[in-house]
Amino acid sequence: MSTEAKRPVLEVRNLSVSLPSGADRVHAVEKVSFTVSPGEIVCLVGESGSGKSVIAFTVMGLLAKALKPTSGEILLEGENILAASETRLRQLRCTRMSMIFQEPMTALNPVMTCGEQIDEVLNTHTKLDAAARKAKIIAILARVKLPEPERIYASYPHQLSGGQRQRIMIAMALVLDPVLLIADEPTTALDVTTQAEILKLIAELQDGQGTGVLFITHDFGVVAEIAHRVAVLRWGELVEMGPTEKILSRPEHSYTKMLISSVPSIHPVHRDVRKDGPTVLRTEKLGKTYSGSGFFQKARVVRAAIDVDLDIRRGETLGIVGESGSGKSTVARCIARLIDPSEGKIFLGDTEIATMKASKLRPHRRRVQIVFQDPYRSMNPRITIGESIIEGPMNFGLKRDEAIVRARKLMETVRLDPNSLDRYPHQFSGGQRQRICIARALAMEPELLIADEAVSALDVSVQKQVLELLDEIRVRLNLAVLFITHDLRVAAQICDYVAVMSKGRVVEYGSAEQVFGSPKDDYTKALFAAAPGRNWEFGKFAAA
Amino acid sequence: MSAISEDVVDSASISAASTKRRSLWLLAIRNPNVIIGGTILAIMLLIAALAPVLGTIDPTRIDPAGRNKKPGTEITYKLDDGTTAKRVAIMGTDSLGRDVYSRVIYGTRVSLAVGVAVAIIAVLIGTIIGLISGYVRWLDGFIMRIMDGLMAIPGILLAIALVSIWRAGLITVIFAIVVPDVPRVVRLVRSVVLTVREEPYVEGAISVGTPTWILMFRHILPNTVAPLIVQGTFLAAAAILVEAALSFLGIGIPPEIPSWGNIMAEGRTLFRVFPHNIFFPGIFLALTVLAINIMGDGLRDTLDPKMSKKV
Repeated sequence: MSTEAKRPVLEVRNLSVSLPSGADRVHAVEKVSFTVSPGEIVCLVGESGSGKSVIAFTVMGLLAKALKPTSGEILLEGENILAASETRLRQLRCTRMSMIFQEPMTALNPVMTCGEQIDEVLNTHTKLDAAARKAKIIAILARVKLPEPERIYASYPHQLSGGQRQRIMIAMALVLDPVLLIADEPTTALDVTTQAEILKLIAELQDGQGTGVLFITHDFGVVAEIAHRVAVLRWGELVEMGPTEKILSRPEHSYTKMLISSVPSIHPVHRDVRKDGPTVLRTEKLGKTYSGSGFFQKARVVRAAIDVDLDIRRGETLGIVGESGSGKSTVARCIARLIDPSEGKIFLGDTEIATMKASKLRPHRRRVQIVFQDPYRSMNPRITIGESIIEGPMNFGLKRDEAIVRARKLMETVRLDPNSLDRYPHQFSGGQRQRICIARALAMEPELLIADEAVSALDVSVQKQVLELLDEIRVRLNLAVLFITHDLRVAAQICDYVAVMSKGRVVEYGSAEQVFGSPKDDYTKALFAAAPGRNWEFGKFAAA
Repeated sequence: MSAISEDVVDSASISAASTKRRSLWLLAIRNPNVIIGGTILAIMLLIAALAPVLGTIDPTRIDPAGRNKKPGTEITYKLDDGTTAKRVAIMGTDSLGRDVYSRVIYGTRVSLAVGVAVAIIAVLIGTIIGLISGYVRWLDGFIMRIMDGLMAIPGILLAIALVSIWRAGLITVIFAIVVPDVPRVVRLVRSVVLTVREEPYVEGAISVGTPTWILMFRHILPNTVAPLIVQGTFLAAAAILVEAALSFLGIGIPPEIPSWGNIMAEGRTLFRVFPHNIFFPGIFLALTVLAINIMGDGLRDTLDPKMSKKV
C-alpha cells in the first residue's frame, strides 16, 4: 500500500502518440506523464476515446501500426521501452510486464487447455522442466483462487465461467511475477458480483507481491474500490492526477468535477409518485422457455423467465435489475412481443397481448415502444434518421408531411436540431443516436416505453444527460417506463419501483427506496454488497 | 444543468463526415483490381457488341478450299455474287475452312451472354428463396434441405440429362448451370438475413409496426447487395467456364453456333498439327474469366471487407 520513495516500476514521461491523418484529432495521447510505484495501483480513468487504452498498448509495445509514439519515453524499471527492440520487448512481456484484457474469452485460445496456455508462457521464458512447470502452474491457479486447479489445468476456456476465465488470464499474467501488471478494463465484461471478486483478487495479489498495477477503467465505482492514485484523461491529455481520495472528493479540474458529478448515486432519491394512475401494463405469471431440439441432439430446455408478475402505472418507472442471464431482457422482449412468451399473460391496459396473433397484434404494437442498448446498431445505417422516425407513424396511416412535422417536434423534445433529420445515423455520436431512438419511440405516442439497457453503452456524462431526458419525457408525457439495467446506480436514480431478477425469477419487488434501503432477499443483498464504490458517495460539484 | 443543450447537433460540424456510405462505391471503382478487371471486361463487351464491324466475315461460312490454314495466311474468298476477295485469316481457319478470328469474336457474345444470364438469374431466384428461408423460420429446414439436394447435382451431369430430354441450346445450357448455382446464392442471402434480422434496428422496425414486406425490402435486403455483387461476378466467371466445357463435350451450344467451347471442340482432333484452333479461343476464355475474377476480388475487398483477408 505504501508509496514511499522507491524507484517507480513504470515511468511515462511526456508521451505523445500520433493518430493517422484524417482522424478527428492529431494525437491519440498528448504529453502524458505519470509513474507507477511498486505495490501501487494507478487508475487511468476517462471516457471512450480518451486514449487510456492507447497508453496501455504503447507500454506493452502492442500499438497498432497506424499509431506512432512521436515523443517522450516509457521507462520500465529504468529501461526505455520505446527504444527497445522487438526481441527485447518479447523478453519483457510476461516476465517484467503483463497485461490482462477486457474480454477473457477472446484473449484466451479456444483450442488449447488453460494449463497449456500458461505452460506456453513458462516454456518460452524459463528453462524449467515439464514437471516443475506444471507444479508452478498448479500453484498459480491455486493462488488466483480457482477451485480444483488440476481440473482447471485440463479445461478449455469455454468450459469455464467469465470470472474463472479472467482468473486464468490473471494467473497467466502473474505466473512469472512481473513488476508491472496492466489491466485494461478487466471487469467491464463481468457481472457485478464477479467483478467484486476479481477486483479483490487483483488487490490482494499485487499487495502480496508488490506488483505495480496500471488499471484502466471508465467506472468511478471501480476507481473508488481499488485505486491508490488516479489519472484522469480527456482527449488524450492528462487533466488531473492525484491520490484517489483527493481526486474523488476534492477534484480541481472542471472536467473531473463534471465526470464525478455525473456518477449516479447508489442511494435512491425520494420520488413522489402518484399511485393513482391507471395501470398501463400488467403481467401475470409471464414465462419464456427456450427449447433447442435438433434432429440428432437431446432437447435442451432453458427457462429464461419464470412466473414474472409486474405492473406499471402511468407516469411510473419500473426498473428491472439483474446480472446477465437473469432474464430481464427476455421479459422486456416478451412485453414488446419481439419474442413470443411461452406462458402467462400480458395485459396492456385491458387487452391481453401475450397470446395474440401477429395480425391482430399490429394495432397494439404502437402502444409499447422499445429503446435498445447499442446506439450504433439501433438504426438502419442506410436510411436517414428522419425516415427512421417517420416510418412508424406512417405505418399507422399518418401522412408523410404530418409525420415530418411530428418528427421535427420530437427532435426538439430530445434536444437535437430538427434540421438534421436528413442526416444518416453515422453522423451522430452515441448519445445523440440514443436520443434519436427515443424520438423514434415517442413518434408512436406509446403508453409504455421500454428502455433495454438504453444507457449502458454510453459514457457517464452522456449517460447522465440521456437519463435526465428520459425522466423529463416521462413526466411531461405521463409515460409508463420499463427500465432494464444491470447498473444499480442508474436504477437507484431513475426508478420508482424496482424488480430484482435472478435466474429468470423476480426475487425482490418493491419501491426503489425499500429495495435499496432494506433489501430482504439474499441475492439482492449480495448484489448490493458487490456494487463497486458502494461506500463512496460521489459528490456533486458545481459544473464549471 | 446546461450539459444537454451543449450536445445539440451543430449542423455545420457534422456535415464534414457525410456520405460515408456512398464513398464506398467510389472506393470500389478506384480499386486497381476493379479497374484492371473492369477494363478487360469492358473491352470484351465492346468486342461482343461490335462483332460484325470488327473485320469479321460470317462465322458459319464454310470454305472447302481454305481448310486448316495457319494464322496469317492469305485466303481468296469466292463471294455470293461470283467475285473473289482476298483477306488475311489472322487466326487461321478450321477443318471446315471457317474463319477462326470471326468465330472467336462472335463466340464472345455467347460466353458473355451465358455468364451474365446465369449470374442474374441465379442471384434473382436465390435472393427470393434466401429471403424466405432466412425470414420464415418454419420453412427454413425444408427449403435448405432441397437446396442441399440441388447442390449435390453436378452441373455437367445435369446438362447431359437436360440435353437428352430437351434439345441442346443456349436456354438449356443456362438452365443447367443456374440450377446448381442457386443454392450458393440462397445460402449467402440466408446467412445475411439471419444476421441482420437480429439487429436492433430490425427489431425496432418490427416494434413500430412495419409490415413484413417493407421490413424485408427496406431493412434487410440492402444488406445483401454488396456480397451478392461479389458472388455474382464469381458465378459469371464459373458459368463461362462451364459453358465452354459443356460445348467442348458436345452437349452445350449446338455446333453451328460459334462459342469458344465449340471452336475448341472442333479443333481438338487436329490439335497437334493446328494448335491455333484451340489456342485463340482458349486465350479469350482465360482472359475473360481472369478479368471477372480479378474484378470480383477487388469488389470483395472494398464492398465486403469481412470476406477478404485484409481488413
